[in-house]
Formats: sequence, structure tokens, C-alpha cells
Amino acid sequence: MEILIQSFYLISGVLFIMGLRGMSHPESARRGMFYAEFGMLLAIVGTLLQQEIVTYDWIIVGLVLGSIAGLAMGLWVPMTAMPQRTAFSHAFGAAAASLVGVSEYYRHGGLLDHFTMSAIGFEVLLGSLTTTGSLIACGKLQGILPGKPLVFKGQNVFNMALLAVTVACFVGLFALPHATGLFYLMIGLALIFGVLLVIPIGSADMPVVMSLLNSYAGLASAATVFAINNKVLIIAGTLDGFSGFILSILMCKAMNRSITNVLFGAFGSVSDHATAAQTGEMKEISIDDAAVQLAYARQVVFVPGYGMATAQAQHALRELSDVLEERGVTVKFAIHPVAGRMPGHMNVLLAEANVPYSQLFELEQINPDFQSTDVAVVVGANDVVNPDARDKPSSPIAGMPILEVDHAKLAIVLKRGKGRGFSGLENPLFFKEKTAMLYGDAKDSISHLVQAVTKL
Amino acid sequence: MTIEAIIPTLYVFVLAAFLGYQVISRVPPLLHTPLMSATNAISAISLVGSLVAAGAKYNIVSTILGTVAVFCATTNVVGGFVITDRMLRMFKRRPSPAPKNSHE
Repeated sequence: MEILIQSFYLISGVLFIMGLRGMSHPESARRGMFYAEFGMLLAIVGTLLQQEIVTYDWIIVGLVLGSIAGLAMGLWVPMTAMPQRTAFSHAFGAAAASLVGVSEYYRHGGLLDHFTMSAIGFEVLLGSLTTTGSLIACGKLQGILPGKPLVFKGQNVFNMALLAVTVACFVGLFALPHATGLFYLMIGLALIFGVLLVIPIGSADMPVVMSLLNSYAGLASAATVFAINNKVLIIAGTLDGFSGFILSILMCKAMNRSITNVLFGAFGSVSDHATAAQTGEMKEISIDDAAVQLAYARQVVFVPGYGMATAQAQHALRELSDVLEERGVTVKFAIHPVAGRMPGHMNVLLAEANVPYSQLFELEQINPDFQSTDVAVVVGANDVVNPDARDKPSSPIAGMPILEVDHAKLAIVLKRGKGRGFSGLENPLFFKEKTAMLYGDAKDSISHLVQAVTKL
Repeated sequence: MTIEAIIPTLYVFVLAAFLGYQVISRVPPLLHTPLMSATNAISAISLVGSLVAAGAKYNIVSTILGTVAVFCATTNVVGGFVITDRMLRMFKRRPSPAPKNSHE
């Protein structure tokens, strides 16, 4: 029996790897996920065969309720709510890991060897802070909590001190595993730290936070497996941990910031004085004029941002792209790595609207193209097209790679109102000679553009 | 746990980390959101620990904690895979030719 169970685990580990390998291309991704699903099934069956399990009653309750909740969430959550959903599931994953850790600790009454204790401690520490941190992130993304950074005086010092105490608890537990009080104190502190870690982070930095939480949730899972000493399944947790880690690094690179800066910089609370010096006038453009410009262009590049997601404008945008293509215009979409609220956010929304992925271009691919672009249309994006990042070393976003919309012959910016973006920075692009502003709800503006172009 | 038992575990961890780095680096930014929800589903492998805690009749507290953990992890497994598939289904090279575009 043991051989059978272990070989199930081994196969499932291999299937997980094959599954993620499939993710290297959209064509093979779905097949890859079938491997991963099968791998998960094998792991569950293998576990249920273990002789330690003597009763199935509660397992069935958990499995059935969890499946119903998961299915409901999986089928009905709209694509626009994907960042919240993902944050929420990070919370669930991390909670599951910490609960297992607590249960293990409680069962042994703290009578654990140092290694197992450190695995459980790590699991519970990371799991707890990820649970509350993810819930806060979810609240921010859903709009229940203010998206602006919440800051107070001495915040970083306080957070650091809290983290230090929490880690001290962990170290103490490593030395004295049976110090039960210390264990529960550590959990409490980690839960508080999770909240404090995420509240000072602005919405625009969410892609990094999401990736980090993803990484933590994965590492907590990996630690679970250490704690129950199941070697092969370490693979699964580690894959997740590293995936989140790599994504965090990519997101940070895309903003030219370090992870510490994102976590402790309280970005988005930028004071006015850094940006107030902007002068000039923003030029408005009418729907009809914009339609003419688009219809007679050779190449049009759309630059979507989070504003497209909030306005749900992706379907209208696809329509506009279709009518333009019918007229022989080359249409491309330029996707900045941190556009939106999570990695790949824009790609999913555009895919939902049936935009073929061959039309989506990454930053490095599209930037040389802007020179030969007649019209670049910015749909609810701001910081990712802010030329200050490139030209002004004193700007808070200096060095962040941008989509060089200002190199296009004309840039049309769709914007809700005259205010600033989420980061609170002024954007000189809006004041340029070659830029025209089209105010209003992005979805309405684009629908009107579609009508106007069709009439031409 | 003895040192002899720890070493192979660490081996697996370190090798998995390298493998993870290699595999994940090849995922294009296009698929980063599905990647996140997929790894989320896979990381619900802590379900394995939850199942044992819920089913082993160690004591009432462990059973309750285990059951809640089984619920959380199962939600992630099922929800994560369903939603990943829903997303991946949307990624198309070219949209299925709509009638009005047939001149292409």
C-alpha cells in the first residue's frame, strides 16, 4: 500500500511540473492544466488511502462544501473581478496551510523536534500574515477599503518592530518548542502584521503585492509538506512559491523599484510639491475628429490600463478594433507589465473580449513601433505612459520603463476627468502638442467612436 | 526528525526550486494571470495535510481545524482549476471567423 501511495505522490509531482510547463504557450496551456488537475486528483486519492485516516465523515463535509464554494466562485466570478478573486484565494490557501500547522502543533502539544518546529512555525507565521494581508488586498481591490495608502507616523518603525517581535517568537519557539503561549502569540502578531503590511500600499502597486502574497502562500504550503514530511509534494508548494517570487521580481523591474520600496515606500501618497510645476494646456478632441484620425490611420495602437477594466470597455474596444481593421488599419494592443491590478490583468480582459493574442504586444516589442504609429489611443492608463519616468530623474517613477506613446504621430487619451491618476502624479503626456484628450466614460467614448467610424 | 531524514527533504526542496525557476521563467507575460490562479490551485496541495488532520481522529480541535482547512483548500483546488480553464479557453490566436469578416 505504502508503495502505491508514494508512487501516486511521485506521479502527481511530475504532473504538476508538466502542467506548468504547458503554460509556456497559450496553445499548450489547457492541456497542461489537465495534467495538473489529474496530478491533484492522484495526490488526494493517495492521501485518502493512508491508514492514518480512520474516519471520512468530516473529510467529506469539507470536500463537498469546498467543491461547491469553489465551483460557484470559479464559474460566476466575472473576469474583471479576477484580481480580487485571486487575492481572496491566496487568503484561503494560506489559511489552510496555517490551520494544518496549528493542528499539528496542538496535536503534539508542542512536543516537537527543532526541525519540525521550525517548519510548522514558518508555515504558521507566513500563512497567518498572508491570510490577513490577502484579505486586506482583496478589500482594497473590491473597493470595500480605500485604495489609497493608509499611513500613520512612525509606521515603518512600528511595522519593523512588530516583525522583529514576531520573528523573535519564532526563534524562541525553535529553542523551546513546548512554549505554547509563544506559539499563539506569534500567530496573533503575524495576523496583525499582515494587515499592517498591506494597508500602506497603494492600488497601483497591487501587481507586486499580489505576486508576493502568491509567493508567500506557496511557501507556506511548501512548509506544510515539510511539517508532515511528505517529500514529493514539496515540489508543488515550491513551484508556487517560486512562481510568485519570479512574478514579484518581474513586476518590480517593470516599475524600476525594489521590493522593499514597494512594501515600505507607501507609494501613491506622493505629495503635491513634486508634481505641481506642470504647466500648459490640455487639448480636447471631439468624437468625430478622433474617428477621422483613427479611420484614416495606417497603424493604430491601443494602450489599455486599469481604467479600461473599471469602465468595462474591453468589448467596445474590440469592436472599434474590428471596424478599423475592416478599413485596412493595422491595429495593435500594447500591454505594459504592470497595467491593471495583477500580472497579466489586461491580457485576460482583452482575451475575454475575443481579441486574439497575436494582436497583443509586450513593452519591448511595441516600443520601436510607436515611431511609425499614426494614432496611439490610451484607454484609462496613466503612469505606464508617463514620459516623466524616462525624462525626469527627479520623478518618483523615474526609470520605470514606459510605453512610448509620445513618439506616435498623435496620442488620443481617453480619460474619465481632468484629475490625476491613481498614483497622484501629473502626466506631461497630456499637455503635449501631439496629445489630444477625449473625456468621458471610456466605454461610452469608444462606442461612440465605433459609430462615428462606421459612418465615415 | 533526524538529520538523515532532513537532508533528502532539503534536496527535493532545492531541486524543485531550480526546476520551478526554469519552468516559470518560460511563461509569457500574456499568461501571467492564469499562471497565478493555476499555481494557486496547485499550492492547495496543503489539502494533503488537511485531509490527514480532519480524518485521523487525533482530537476534537485537530478535527475541526482540519475540516476547515479541507474546506479552504478544496475551494482553492476546484475554484482555481475551473477559473484557470475558463481564462485559458478565452486565449485565441484569431477569433473564430465571424460571418461579416468572411472576406479575409
